[in-house]
Amino acid sequence: MSAKIHPFARVIAALARGISGVQVRWLGCIPEPRQRIYFANHTSHLDFVVLWSSLPVDLRANTRPVAAKDYWQSGFRSFLAQKVFRAVLVERGAAARLHEEHKGEEHAHSAAFAVIQQLAEAMGERDSLIFFPEGTRGTGETVVEFKSGLYHLAKRRPDVELIPAYLENLNRILPKGEFLPAPLVSTLTFGAPIRVEDGEHKHDFLERARNAVVSLRQKGRAEQ
Amino acid sequence: MIAYLPTFQENNDVTWHVRWNFGGVNWPLLWLFSGVLALLIIASVVGAVLKRTAKSGSTQRTIANLNSRTRAWWKMSAIFAITLLVGKNGSLILFALLSFLALREYITLVPTRRGDHRTLFWTFFIITPLQYYLIAINWYGFFAILIPAFAFIFIPARIALAGDTEHFLERAAKIQFGLMICAYCLSHAPALLILNIPNYEGRDSVLLLYLVLVDQMSDVLQYVWGKLLGRHKITPNVSPNKTWEGFIGGVATATLLGAFLSWATPFTRLQSAGMSLVITLLGFLGGLVMSAIKRDAGVKDFGAVIEGHGGILDRIDSLCFAAPVFFHLVRYFYVR
Repeated sequence: MSAKIHPFARVIAALARGISGVQVRWLGCIPEPRQRIYFANHTSHLDFVVLWSSLPVDLRANTRPVAAKDYWQSGFRSFLAQKVFRAVLVERGAAARLHEEHKGEEHAHSAAFAVIQQLAEAMGERDSLIFFPEGTRGTGETVVEFKSGLYHLAKRRPDVELIPAYLENLNRILPKGEFLPAPLVSTLTFGAPIRVEDGEHKHDFLERARNAVVSLRQKGRAEQ
Repeated sequence: MIAYLPTFQENNDVTWHVRWNFGGVNWPLLWLFSGVLALLIIASVVGAVLKRTAKSGSTQRTIANLNSRTRAWWKMSAIFAITLLVGKNGSLILFALLSFLALREYITLVPTRRGDHRTLFWTFFIITPLQYYLIAINWYGFFAILIPAFAFIFIPARIALAGDTEHFLERAAKIQFGLMICAYCLSHAPALLILNIPNYEGRDSVLLLYLVLVDQMSDVLQYVWGKLLGRHKITPNVSPNKTWEGFIGGVATATLLGAFLSWATPFTRLQSAGMSLVITLLGFLGGLVMSAIKRDAGVKDFGAVIEGHGGILDRIDSLCFAAPVFFHLVRYFYVR
């Protein structure tokens, strides 16, 4: 039995598709009803909705975004995140902050562990996640270094496919800090799944994952 | 009957009413539709036959592209026909939408910066719709200057207010150019509907169809002649597909077609040939200019929304150049 899609979600998805004129490319995989973590670059509030609405309808009900608790927990945002899109709200950079505050490695480790635990549980037996490992929206010129959550989650759930995705032009359509869109055409490219190799270091994996996302930018252009 | 009489007296061209407007049906429009329908059927049949006979891989690809183009033509013709039948507002909505989508393809290709965001919002959601609204309310004076005068000033001013000076002139100029081509120039096609051409009342939609038909047929014929006989490239650096053979063959046959269609226009046969020649030549230049922009941006097409054709702007680039000149020729020589 699949979860129900909120009617608002349908409306917002249709609007986002219209405004972003998104062209979807599946280069390294095809849409399949299996558990996945889609991880993408992040430049706009539209990112999640565009990615989510680009999935076939039957996959959407089981695909949830991961969103920052500090930003999405109050008022209307909370309604959108929790009720409409069933977002998994996580504490952003919890481990790093505790580490900086010199609360000791152990605290930092357990905080990070708690977030990963929460995500793994949220996925359960059938849900997929949409993940923005940069942690925050960028300007769109570069994809910054990934936070470590993706690595830990991948280690925790080796059965789940990790799908890189590149969202192009959304930073021009609805940049950070703007409310009204400029309706250009955007491109969303899904790449081939990656996994954590045996004995691969956290840093190496994260860099490889980042490159997997960035490389889709060029591929997307060439395919056109 | 009584309501019918006054127009009868106002209109000196009695024969037209007797010949064409009998029973309130716009017969020229229907005749032209039938002609287009016949062409589409012929193209589909020829395409199906060619598909069976094609042997080599490259020929098969060309035929497949030809057939997908034909399929797209069916859809485009149907949409255009329906909006023409709906009337002035139907055509205005269609062309406003085309402007919007063409501008979208253009701006997507052109590098803009964060500081242009609000300007772009105005361009898409205020200026372009306003341009068409002015046609809807028959305000010719404002329609003619909205973009070349007011938007021209507004765009650099709004960008300057946003405070980013990097590549300032380039950014302002590129947005202005897009707005001129995609909104201003194109809007002159449906603006034909507000020209009150003496002795041609009630047939403005036929003139719009004439423009679009000659312009698009010129594109098609240049493509066909080019595929059949094309040897000598005109501008290999800009558009490798344009050949002298295609150009001359296409322009000649489209001009002939235009002359043949004079019965549907306010023109004599010779005038109609001249008008069609102007439309085809400008259409060619439009295609050439937009090709140069695509080359500069390093892409083949502006988009992929129309099967086999590319983007909206790839399809209407010729119309963008032909429409304003045709509009003003008609307005200067035939309106008063």
